[in-house]
Amino acid sequence: MPNVDDNYLAALERRMEQVYAIAERQGLDPFPINWEVVPAEVMFELGAYGLPGRFSHWTHGRAYHRQKVMYDYGLSKIYELVINTNPSYAFLLDGNSVLQNTLIVAHVVAHVDFFKNNVYFADTNRGMVEGASASADRIRRYEFQHGRRKVEEFLDAVLSIEEHVDPHQRLRHPGKERRESAKAKPGEYDDLLAPHERPAPHPTKPRRVPERPEKDLLLFLIQHAPDLEDWQRDVIEIVRNEMLYFVPQMQTKIMNEGWASYWHSRIVRELELSDDEYIEFARMHARVVAPSKHDVNPYHVGLKIFEDVERRWNDPADEERERFGRQRGEGRAKIFEVRQLESDVSFLRNYLTDKLVEELDLYIYQMQDDKPVVVEKDAEKVRQIIVGSMTNFGVPYIQVEDGDYRKARELYLRHVYEGREIDVGYAERVLRYIHKIWGRPVHLETVLDNQPTLLSFDGRENVRKAA
Amino acid sequence: MERRLSLQANDWSLHRQGQRDAQRHAEKVKEAIKERLPQLVAEEAIITASGDKVVKVPIRSLELPRFRYDFGRNKHVGQGDGGSQAGQPVAGSGTHRGAGQEPGVDYLEAEIQIDDLAAILFEDLGLPNLTHKQSDALEAEAMEFRDVVRHGPMSNLDKRRTIRENIRRNALSGHARFGGIRNDDLRFKMHISTRRPETNAVIVAMRDVSGSMGDFEKYISRSFYFWMLKFLRTKYQNVRIVFITHHTEAKEVDEQTFFSLGESGGTKASSAYELALNVVKERYDPSRWNVYPFHFSDGDNWGDSDNQRCLALVRELIDLSSAVGYGEIRQGDARSTSTLMSAFQPIADPRFIRVEIHDKKDVYPALRRFFEPGAARPRAG
Repeated sequence: MPNVDDNYLAALERRMEQVYAIAERQGLDPFPINWEVVPAEVMFELGAYGLPGRFSHWTHGRAYHRQKVMYDYGLSKIYELVINTNPSYAFLLDGNSVLQNTLIVAHVVAHVDFFKNNVYFADTNRGMVEGASASADRIRRYEFQHGRRKVEEFLDAVLSIEEHVDPHQRLRHPGKERRESAKAKPGEYDDLLAPHERPAPHPTKPRRVPERPEKDLLLFLIQHAPDLEDWQRDVIEIVRNEMLYFVPQMQTKIMNEGWASYWHSRIVRELELSDDEYIEFARMHARVVAPSKHDVNPYHVGLKIFEDVERRWNDPADEERERFGRQRGEGRAKIFEVRQLESDVSFLRNYLTDKLVEELDLYIYQMQDDKPVVVEKDAEKVRQIIVGSMTNFGVPYIQVEDGDYRKARELYLRHVYEGREIDVGYAERVLRYIHKIWGRPVHLETVLDNQPTLLSFDGRENVRKAA
Repeated sequence: MERRLSLQANDWSLHRQGQRDAQRHAEKVKEAIKERLPQLVAEEAIITASGDKVVKVPIRSLELPRFRYDFGRNKHVGQGDGGSQAGQPVAGSGTHRGAGQEPGVDYLEAEIQIDDLAAILFEDLGLPNLTHKQSDALEAEAMEFRDVVRHGPMSNLDKRRTIRENIRRNALSGHARFGGIRNDDLRFKMHISTRRPETNAVIVAMRDVSGSMGDFEKYISRSFYFWMLKFLRTKYQNVRIVFITHHTEAKEVDEQTFFSLGESGGTKASSAYELALNVVKERYDPSRWNVYPFHFSDGDNWGDSDNQRCLALVRELIDLSSAVGYGEIRQGDARSTSTLMSAFQPIADPRFIRVEIHDKKDVYPALRRFFEPGAARPRAG
């Protein structure tokens, strides 16, 4: 049992009522939330898996182990965990004081408001907890049927490319996904048909697979990998669905944390706190929004941008009034609009002003002789780098160019190079994994030292040559 | 806004998924260490360490590879305390990637005790051709500290674990330090004694300490015998070991001398075999003992006449032994035809096991060759 008594729960519940009342008055609009106080072990398990009841894999075990070690040595702890479903599930740590958990409740209410109202979440599966545990059941069954080792090895391969899905599939090719996946029913794969049953090849233009470059590598593999068994296609589908569920969270990390930090500070300040409690709150808040030297603390930068937007729309400068016709006092309405329509990329692009870059002392740094050195302070360049690092949620953009390369069903992938080099060693190991799924030679075109380069794996060795 | 407050505290104590998957991860770490064994066994730091010492073993990170950007070759955004300038180092930073590391391969350091390492190393090894011999002291009582419990006699206190528990408990209240031991922190070793039937075996370890043995040769023979002793002492309770060193003359020495001795002079390998034969005949009757003579040398022997003598003596030894091992250590690939190895060429008995070691990483395969259990072996060499 979690280490809390009824008094604790009653006190926390009173505070939660107050938080809800303030949040409602301020216009926050969350899904209903099921709150649960849990012991630390459960917290790091939930943190490691991202979803309760998700499938078993050693990478989750490693994450669990890491969090446990960090916690045991007092180095870090997860304060809160909230699941984007309707109703939402939120978990609070039993070792926290009532005041700490009150702050977290306020923070989480704002997260859930964000989940419900931000457009990037419009298509997420709000029944994902059930979905994930049904998937976990299927994977357990596959382990039973085909052996744990075999399923694990296949999952290793799929997970190494899990980010390569296309969240905008439906926007890009309306109706395509449904049509294609209907076609991909077991027993209907082209290659299973006897040759004489196959439609005659088009006389003028041979069909190219894929017709256009395909960003959704997982979907492409499900539909076109030549030798997969049904359970393997299903495993890819499971990983892909879970990734599509997580992608909006990856696309809005800074905004979502900024939004939640903005609201927890405003809501808690409106509560009637004792002096001690206020100091405890201020300490915890300061810890959460502490700047980071090596990356961007989403809590801090997100919060500062939201506050800046509110200020600029509440009290626009003369120029802003004249050029954009901006009225006074629109700040609150504006930040609600921003939380609805933007993702991190547009949020930073549109609202991280030169002045903010300066105020936050953001800089660009680079490794020089194995040491990080500040190389640039120019606001536009900072914005470029930070936006670049968020694009495609920070993962190199890879697309399938040809599923029949060299007319031998070899797989040709292209890294869409935008000035940032990929880690070649890692890429070559990933190619080995993709080869496991595709079953034939796999190639990746990228740019190294400004030279177009082709990385290949033919089943025996990695080859690197000029493209 | 819908006012629905549902606050609960449920029992999760039967929930184990995280621990189970963490267990699988730990297995994979062990597998990764196993893959590194050939490099590890010849590590100086490991050979000179005592059994309960923790060594850090670099293994390939178990992170799944992904398409990712090359951190070292790209630009990143960070945040200062105000007024940071181009050209200044990023404050409070170490390096993100260890120096000299190839891109694309992340290493992490797994911590492991030498004894645990030995257990992995010897998991599936055993003395070759070991048979039951009639004997008086066949059974050995094995006392093993196998378990750790919370109550027990103070004399069995496991100090290290107790201190760790104490620090852990203190860390939970925010002060990771040692102090204020409570009963809760105490941990005791518990031993379980088992009786298991033992088979008598004697190892005759012969080591060439002549002047022609260079640093590399000495180092290799030492590391081989280090692991051999560890292995024998981990697996068998009732193994005797006779240590013999030789140059032109052989003598029986104690363990410490055996490992530290570095003499000079010429080489007459026959002297060692002769002494070994005498020891076996006088003290270890082959009808009651499994006999295992091992000899390590650079193969640079006195001359052909002594080589012929060695051949005869080894043949005699083979008849008395369960297996005879000869390891020839020569740095690099240079092969000479006038070595002991070539003199032993005519021996066809499967009980004679020979290996050549040219490199540090050959030690582990050599161990495996000598200690792969199994009776009649195909002719090795």
